Amino acid sequence: MTREYQGIPVSDGIAIARAVVLRPAEIQPDPTPIQPEQAQAELAAFAAALEAAREQIQALYDSTCRRLGEERAEIFSAHLSVLEDPVLEETIQDKITQDHRSAVCAIAQGVEEIAAMFQGLQDPYLQERAADIRDVGRRILENAAGVPRVELSSLEEDSVVIARDLTPSETVTMDLSHTMGFVTELGGRTSHTAILSRSLEIPAVVGVSGLLDHIAGGDTVILDALEGRLLVDPTDDQVEDYRRRQSEFLAQRQALNALRDLPAQTRDGRVFSLCANIGGPGDVASAHKYGAEGVGLYRTEFLYMNNTHFPTEEEQFEAYRVVAAEMGKDRPVIIRTLDIGGDKELPYFQFDQEDNPFLGWRAIRMCLDREDVFKTQLRAILRASIFGKLLIMFPMIISLEEFQQAKALLETCKEELRAEGKSFDENIQTGIMVETPAAVMMADVLARHVDFFSIGTNDLTQYTLAVDRGNTRIAHRYDPLHPAVLRAIERVIQASHAAGKWTGMCGEFAGDPRATVLLAGMGLDEFSMTASSIPKIKQLLRSLDCTAARTLAKQALAASSVTEVRELLNLN
Amino acid sequence: MVETTVQIVNKTGLHARPASNLTNVAKKFKSRLTLIHDDKSGNAKSIINILTLDLNMGSHVVVRAEGEDENEALAAVADFISTLTE
Repeated sequence: MTREYQGIPVSDGIAIARAVVLRPAEIQPDPTPIQPEQAQAELAAFAAALEAAREQIQALYDSTCRRLGEERAEIFSAHLSVLEDPVLEETIQDKITQDHRSAVCAIAQGVEEIAAMFQGLQDPYLQERAADIRDVGRRILENAAGVPRVELSSLEEDSVVIARDLTPSETVTMDLSHTMGFVTELGGRTSHTAILSRSLEIPAVVGVSGLLDHIAGGDTVILDALEGRLLVDPTDDQVEDYRRRQSEFLAQRQALNALRDLPAQTRDGRVFSLCANIGGPGDVASAHKYGAEGVGLYRTEFLYMNNTHFPTEEEQFEAYRVVAAEMGKDRPVIIRTLDIGGDKELPYFQFDQEDNPFLGWRAIRMCLDREDVFKTQLRAILRASIFGKLLIMFPMIISLEEFQQAKALLETCKEELRAEGKSFDENIQTGIMVETPAAVMMADVLARHVDFFSIGTNDLTQYTLAVDRGNTRIAHRYDPLHPAVLRAIERVIQASHAAGKWTGMCGEFAGDPRATVLLAGMGLDEFSMTASSIPKIKQLLRSLDCTAARTLAKQALAASSVTEVRELLNLN
Repeated sequence: MVETTVQIVNKTGLHARPASNLTNVAKKFKSRLTLIHDDKSGNAKSIINILTLDLNMGSHVVVRAEGEDENEALAAVADFISTLTE
């Protein structure tokens, strides 16, 4: 009978294979205190176990270096540091001489104490180091207890490896050519299992607690790491269904991989930048997966919405830092400052009742009135700016004064941080979302002062056509292909180029395949969209001739109506 | 016993690789080398100690050396920390 388990998917894919279950031998350290005269012998036993571990890890380092290269071997170099750490040695020696523990007991307790200390630290990277400490400790323990290591260096057939947790030294000796996927009881998104399986591009699901009590080696399993499911003893129908899903997945991935690292370059050589819109650190993986060259819009609202209080500087800093670091210095991230208003309910803040919250006290207007809230965000962004490449963008700008006020506040924050000795990117760029008709009309003036524009077509279309998308009676009038909107876009792009600046677009229109040829023809520099839309738009851009696109764009800009534009694009 | 205060300028603080490199520098000397930050102190030759001090960019650290080569030890460690940039 099929059993089903749920866990956290950490690496995409589907595997259908036999399960191999890793059950390390149980070592029960004897807590009986030792006699003082036994201490010398126990110290010697510990020293021998330590030395043996050193030799084993050194050997692992050398063979991994040879087989898989220095980068993959680095983890063992870190393990050697842990092994040679005076604190590790002293802690265990003290347990033998002062607490009267046997070597095995002292090792078990000492390692756990140190690992727990790491686990208690704030930094997720350091928390993961607890796993390294336990890995090394386990090795020393097995040496001291005389327990042989379980090595999985030859799997006889394609297998899904199932374990409580997987340590680097276990996985490095594993026969990866037959490893189809991983499932562990412990672990999270940044655990070793997750990192390894993503780099090998094999499916993995972690956090399936209690699994080892319900599964035996040899069971056939389907590992669905798209949904985070494990099916044990599946029916023939399920197997067939999943084989089909597996082929689809692999075909899709192959197509994506082929496209991901290619530039968004038209047939006649014009290159565009394709970026992702994200809501937080959780979306970065997706951005990478689809080949985003950067983040054109980091919506910071979620930090405020999913919260019981205004997010503190530390909370924000952490989120921005992670995104900056994971995107890296070569992939710029544009952070949009708080863009929220009376239409959203914040449990900790009461907006006034407004007749028209969309034309009301929101976004930059709120931020300029609530300097405390605004400065907290700006400080957090500045502090995070050293970890990658960040740009700041202000929403809903209607005037130069607003932009200048915001910038002045930014300068104040910079001065404060300098006085506090905190570093930030001194050259951080600042731009604005162009989403109001006022900004469009003043684009030439604004272009002289900002570093870039990003067009927010959703709101721009609503404000320009005076249509509320949410109003079903008139929603059909909302169409960014309306020449009024196209002309607005054109005006903004031209104004930026005339001032030597660039324009991106983060509204839905950027990811709309019907619009691509027009936007390319108008010379939009950067298209930012939901990550999963990137491949399609990239494919379109790569098939375009930019000169022809420019001609088409000119015609669309001269059109008298949406109908004419749609005809030009063969959409009717 | 000699000591000095340095500031960490490295963007990713004193974690991972840099911490490991620091222990290598510290181990060359006979003196006891201690790092003190925020009321916590640790042995500069211990990667475990350094990592649990949780030293980030901007942190001020007191470096203390005690032993026959304390002056060179202090200079080497202080220099390593204050000039570290990744």
